Amino acid sequence: MHELALIQGVLESVAKTAQENSMTKISRIRLVVGKMTAALPASLEFCFNALDKSSLFAEACLEIEEVDIKGECAKCGNRFIISEFQFFCPACKHKNISIIAGRELFIDFFEGE
Amino acid sequence: MVLLQVKVVSNILEANEAHAGVNRQRFKNNRVFVLNLMSSPGSGKTSILERTIDHIKGLLRIGVIEGDIYTAKDAERIGEKGVPVVQINTKGACHLDANMIACALAELPLDQLDLLVIENIGNLVCPAEFDLGEDIKAMVLSVTEGNDKPLKYPLMFREAKALLVNKMDLISFTDFDLDLMEKDIRGINPDGKIFLMSAKTGEGFEAWCRWLYHQVQAKKEKSSVTASG
Repeated sequence: MHELALIQGVLESVAKTAQENSMTKISRIRLVVGKMTAALPASLEFCFNALDKSSLFAEACLEIEEVDIKGECAKCGNRFIISEFQFFCPACKHKNISIIAGRELFIDFFEGE
Repeated sequence: MVLLQVKVVSNILEANEAHAGVNRQRFKNNRVFVLNLMSSPGSGKTSILERTIDHIKGLLRIGVIEGDIYTAKDAERIGEKGVPVVQINTKGACHLDANMIACALAELPLDQLDLLVIENIGNLVCPAEFDLGEDIKAMVLSVTEGNDKPLKYPLMFREAKALLVNKMDLISFTDFDLDLMEKDIRGINPDGKIFLMSAKTGEGFEAWCRWLYHQVQAKKEKSSVTASG
């Protein structure tokens, strides 16, 4: 359940930025989570709802955008979605693949007043 | 009141990564090579570490950080080997983070070490996201766990520079398929080095320790080139 630590990080970061913008109520937080991270959206949501949050977050909802894992072949330059964690180029079968998407784990934006 | 949208785009792990960066710089300044050793519980991390220390204690000055949820059992075992060891108890947390390492470093003679091994919490999921400032990650997979683990936990297995396949002395009692495991690993991690070993019999330790020794030396040579250049 390291998702709890991640959500605590999100709340701290949002609270800090909200304070800088003189906001008193957060209504929506949007996260971007790649599929090649060890953060499960369902667990993040569970932890977000389970945490006893300050009044700043009393009405806040959490949205999570998932990002597919994308690779780029070092040999032929082909870009493709990696499913089932099989890291080889579907066009030329080369195994030297760089990951160009799927490792995201960040706060996109939040809304409030 | 006006509804405001504040664009943040900040990494959730930013705080951890900042601590990891500080740790990495400290390791570099002290020319210490750092290995983050990870696996599921019971795969033999501590036994591998004990035998590794026996093998290379004469060649390298080794220190250990032991991660455990509640006990100091592993640190006691390592302490008997006569190397400096610090215990971190996470009290329930399923992974080590970079700040815990930073606190533990205060109790280690970093300038007198060549190799620091961090034994992470036994867990195949959570430790993957937390950079500790290490040079490499190594994974232990014991044959009694089954050969399907790399496919089931691909993130951890992809990031490991070395895969230590432990309990080879028991392989005939299991249906572990070495060829299939290697094929699966190559699909996830084409360049990872695979060592077949047994912490019980000592099989495979010669090759593993030689490889590890070269990794440590390579960092030392690189940092002395940087220092003089």
